[in-house]
Amino acid sequence: MSDLERLLLKSEVEEFLYREAELLDERRYKEWLDLFTDDVRYFMPIRRNVPHDESEREFTREGTDVSWFDEGKDTLARRVQQILTGIHWAEEPPSRICHMISNVQILRASPDGPAPTEVAVKSRFLVYRNRVETETDVLVGKREDLLRRVNGSLRIARRKIVLDQSVLLAKNLTFFF
Amino acid sequence: MSDENRLDLLFAGFIVFLLAGVVTVAMGIRRELRTGVIGQHPQSGLWRRHERPAGGLPVCARPRAALSFSALSERGRTTMLNGLNGLVDVDRGIISREIFVNEEIYRREQEQIFARAWLFIGHESQIPRPGDFLVSSMGEESVILCRDRTGRIHVFLNSCRHRGMKVCRYDEGNTLELMCPYHGWTYATDGALVGVPFGKDAYGEQLDKSKWGLIEVARMENYKGTIWAAWDAAAPSFLDYVGGYKLYLDLLLDAWDGREGGTEAIGGIHKWLIPCNWKFPAENFSGDRYHGVSHRSVDMVGIGPSGKGRRDMAERNQARWLDVSFPELGHSMIAFLRAHDAPLAPAYQDAPVAAEYFRRCEEERRRRRGEHWRLFGGPGTMFPNTSPLARQPRTLAVWHPRGPHQTEVWRWYFVDADAPAEVKDFLRHYYIRYSGPSGLTEQDDMENWNYAHKASRGTIARQHPYNYEMGLGRSTRAFEDHGLKLPGAITDVTAANASEHNQRGFYRRWRQFMEAATWNDLA
Repeated sequence: MSDLERLLLKSEVEEFLYREAELLDERRYKEWLDLFTDDVRYFMPIRRNVPHDESEREFTREGTDVSWFDEGKDTLARRVQQILTGIHWAEEPPSRICHMISNVQILRASPDGPAPTEVAVKSRFLVYRNRVETETDVLVGKREDLLRRVNGSLRIARRKIVLDQSVLLAKNLTFFF
Repeated sequence: MSDENRLDLLFAGFIVFLLAGVVTVAMGIRRELRTGVIGQHPQSGLWRRHERPAGGLPVCARPRAALSFSALSERGRTTMLNGLNGLVDVDRGIISREIFVNEEIYRREQEQIFARAWLFIGHESQIPRPGDFLVSSMGEESVILCRDRTGRIHVFLNSCRHRGMKVCRYDEGNTLELMCPYHGWTYATDGALVGVPFGKDAYGEQLDKSKWGLIEVARMENYKGTIWAAWDAAAPSFLDYVGGYKLYLDLLLDAWDGREGGTEAIGGIHKWLIPCNWKFPAENFSGDRYHGVSHRSVDMVGIGPSGKGRRDMAERNQARWLDVSFPELGHSMIAFLRAHDAPLAPAYQDAPVAAEYFRRCEEERRRRRGEHWRLFGGPGTMFPNTSPLARQPRTLAVWHPRGPHQTEVWRWYFVDADAPAEVKDFLRHYYIRYSGPSGLTEQDDMENWNYAHKASRGTIARQHPYNYEMGLGRSTRAFEDHGLKLPGAITDVTAANASEHNQRGFYRRWRQFMEAATWNDLA
């Protein structure tokens, strides 16, 4: 991949991630769901305090342990559907949510040519939630996405969310990362 | 002075201050009490706000003779002096909001309840090998669950004997010894103090290391793999503490095919904070069948193991719905007793492997358990702060107090240890989409507890108690169904849908703990 191709790819990926954040913050959840492939894995492990040289035990394991999220498109769709019932009291009245996405890095692209079909991307997030009167959560962490080109457009085929908290400081996770 | 006398004096002082119109700063009760005097009627349990005319007795701001203190008979005043009677009147189903938001009451809960009761620590499957440890919590305090080099299980206060540093700040792991990072005092996995830097030079012969090991709980029990502990040496044995509730706790801990034990905790503990008093979730799990409206959205969406609602209803629909309470112990559970001739009910229809597994288990269960096969459980609370949820989802929650206005929840998830991997995987996904902060069901619970607590903190709000009258006087101690007798005080809510029988039992025991000076008074 040439430098120019790399720059264009990075720009396309950034625009894609910013547009995703926009859809979430504007509560356009159905359009947001369309950004995921049907076989998406959406995973957010719990983090433990372990010695620095035992980092393999720091995260709960996908497909084995209990995590914050470990699901596919079906449950993501049900979460959206629940918010849209209008009687999901944890999001009714709706929270004010702002996704800040930064530090976008292309980790690898394959095949290594001008039109990669899969792109591994790492980014940082800061998700701000304010609801009702004074209730405010700020959640910060990293995301590792696998983006796949489907019919010319990027889609999220895999997302791993690494929250920089052990005990979750928010009472619930009624929003998306 | 005994604790009982101290408690009586505490409340006597409270009332005397009220009557004399003296500001109650010394009591350490909330600042709001400093600007006005709150009094409470012993029978109604209603909190009233009084104005304090100079030099006079307090009178009601909005006079109502029946509720004014000056109108109380001598007997009425004595009743009030008896302590928490006015705050927790379970016979009438009236409970003051003060017990959820008052900082002085919270502080006394730590001494009267959490320093005395049996508390849940963890599961032995989390510390299988010598040297394995898991940091847990007993009330507000951090403890270390540890398997020593000989295989014995211990529970220690996680605080160095020298200057109090938290000895272990890892959540779990395996170690030969526990070294405090402050001055280096080092403890063996059996708690013994084995290393003190500059020991001989700095202390000479002065330090008797045998007296300065980690502080260990007075009582510890491994019950079917679950580890429990108590700080009070006078506490009854674990099995006496559980009492007749054992039958219901076992609905969580025994394998679904009817074998004793045989369950394990899935790796990973959900830990999160809720801005509410710990008793909101404890009483909700004790037996709140009434909050269907909270979960209507998830019922519409459908996350159950058969794709509908939030759990399988077929077996519940062929059962009697029983609110089971042991008011003398404080434990309770929502239980179901299926008809004696009930056929197998379809469940876990979204996963043929799980459906087949549970069908086989149920056949075994019917063979092994006799008439008891019919009994299955839902949520419950074992006093004070452990909530088994026996089935769909199968979990155990501990509501750790973190100040009067905050709770830290720890949530374990259980499966039959020898269930096929595919079944465990299906259940794990169901547990995650149901439970905890990311669970479609419980997200709404957290919202309720958060804002119920918040809206109960105000000066005016506190004057008006909560209502727990539902199903008063409907329970029986002699429940029997086709020859099967069940222990506990039981309210059949098949027709009524719900009662607050279990919550009343929880608060009856709560009050006993708050008033009793020693375990002798609690037996």
